[in-house]
Amino acid sequence: MATGLHFVVCASIVPDPLQTLEPVMGPSGPALKNEAMLPAVLDPWAAHALYECAALAKKIAGSRLTLLSLGPKAKLQQVMMTAGQKVPFEFVALDGSAGGFTESAETAAALAEAIRALPNFAPENLVLAGGWESASRGAGTTLQILGELLGIRNQFQGVDEVHVQEDGSLRILERLEGGKYQVSVCAGPPVVLGWATGTVPEPPNNPQIGMTNMRGVMPALQRAKAVAVGAQGVKFVTAELPKQKRETRIVKDASPEEVAREIVEWIRGH
Amino acid sequence: MTEKLLLLIPVEKDGALPKTAWETVSAVRALGQGLNAPFDVGLWGADVKHAARELASCGASRFLAVEGADFADARYATDSAAAEALARASQATVVIAPSNSRVARVLGGVSHRLQGRADNHATAVQVVDGRIQLTRWYYRQRIMVVLEREHRPWFIALESGAAAPWSGPSGDVALEPVGVSLTDADKRTRFEAIQQPPADQQTIRPDAELLFVAGAGWTKKQRDGQIHVEEADRIIREFLAKSGASLGGTKSIVDQAGEGGAVLSCMSHMNQVGQTGSTPRHPKGLATCCHGEEPHVVGWRFINERRAVNLDPNCGWAHGKADVLYVADAFEVMRKVNELLSS
Repeated sequence: MATGLHFVVCASIVPDPLQTLEPVMGPSGPALKNEAMLPAVLDPWAAHALYECAALAKKIAGSRLTLLSLGPKAKLQQVMMTAGQKVPFEFVALDGSAGGFTESAETAAALAEAIRALPNFAPENLVLAGGWESASRGAGTTLQILGELLGIRNQFQGVDEVHVQEDGSLRILERLEGGKYQVSVCAGPPVVLGWATGTVPEPPNNPQIGMTNMRGVMPALQRAKAVAVGAQGVKFVTAELPKQKRETRIVKDASPEEVAREIVEWIRGH
Repeated sequence: MTEKLLLLIPVEKDGALPKTAWETVSAVRALGQGLNAPFDVGLWGADVKHAARELASCGASRFLAVEGADFADARYATDSAAAEALARASQATVVIAPSNSRVARVLGGVSHRLQGRADNHATAVQVVDGRIQLTRWYYRQRIMVVLEREHRPWFIALESGAAAPWSGPSGDVALEPVGVSLTDADKRTRFEAIQQPPADQQTIRPDAELLFVAGAGWTKKQRDGQIHVEEADRIIREFLAKSGASLGGTKSIVDQAGEGGAVLSCMSHMNQVGQTGSTPRHPKGLATCCHGEEPHVVGWRFINERRAVNLDPNCGWAHGKADVLYVADAFEVMRKVNELLSS
């Protein structure tokens, strides 16, 4: 069986998906209107990565799980009050922008430095994970660049399942187009796993886990190094909400037959 | 800035070009004309000769190739090595590839090796005042951004729908082989298989005219106070078979399996559309038992005509997110739809 692995999950924070977002242009590029006021959540795909890696770490004796988050300290603290109740982890924070209008190369450079500085960091046992795309920038490139910076050339994106086999190899399912999966076997860590939704459901809040995590979260936030993450070399010409708003025709009091007939005609292109 | 373009394409295992590549050819040709810049084609795969012949008349200056059995299957180490070698051989300042899972897996990493920058999910590239402007979405299709970059090389993965597919006569091509040295470390990952449901059970159909989305309402108590999941499953499967539609689901319905709730056998996480799901491209979309909340509807950005069936006249679809909202019972409506589709 595999020896203990070090799972490092990179997960930032994003505005709660239910919030209305409005871009505003500032001197250094676009930002979100009232960004500091918007309630935040752990980036959804990265949150799946956290739950999946926690489940794997639990199965493999001697493993450890580090959650590395880059975001404004105050927001991170707020999000960790909830996220910290899900699974046990060591927490490392970087104090900087979690906004989407930043460059993945700059984010990756800051994360790489933090990972190299982790106590007892052993690259050969590293499972570097995160969401395959963020819900902010959505570029799907940060983990790749981070992997490159750490010298990892076994990388997987759109991961829904990882099975650590008896010989320590990893059997990995990655999403492809059209509802297909590619199955690959990697000889072992170090690897990069960009998770999609995975198969592990969101764990319920566990106050005991929350208490234990918060003992590490608060000092980690106090120690959080300030990092400057921007978008050097990018000129944002426009940042706009989609203009199209549909004039919705609301059909009430029609019989199921009438509705069905209209839908079928529409499907058939009449 | 004098630009040089590279059209970068991984070739399928059977030697064919990926479907979206034809659109990317058009986009690169247009960009080349707009910039008055030449472009190369860079192909990698087990055998790229057939693909190169298909592109013979596309106007490329050179056809560069990385070939061999090691490049047959998608694998980060070998794909990134091939893409890197092709980009270096071309010395292109802008590298454009069709967006698919194979390209998306490596583009960021390769851009890093060449000290460039990468943009996945571009929906348009155009030349404005002699400069390249790229359009892509931020915050999961909620904010549309047009940007320019100083960094070169600039790697761009272009989504389908960005241009009309190119077509032209095939012919002989002088392929320039590009060498890539692989080590054992590059082969630590082994391709095992492609997993997919049997054809008659495949519910995700990217080429379908219609996206049919089922929301969690299908698995909730109905007017008689009972849950009718088996019937819901039957109605939906019948509709998919008769209409040829692709099946999508909301987060709440696909999450039910993990939460111990009633589940539709035809639904998995792969079907999920929205914030943490996919953003499919279909001409039409029909939502049923789904409230049209923003986290779901962001996945509908590229669905042109939208209709919804929901019992709530104030649901999200009513607020400018659908063209038509039918305030009706989806069970009753879809039963009738299936009858009509049979006739």
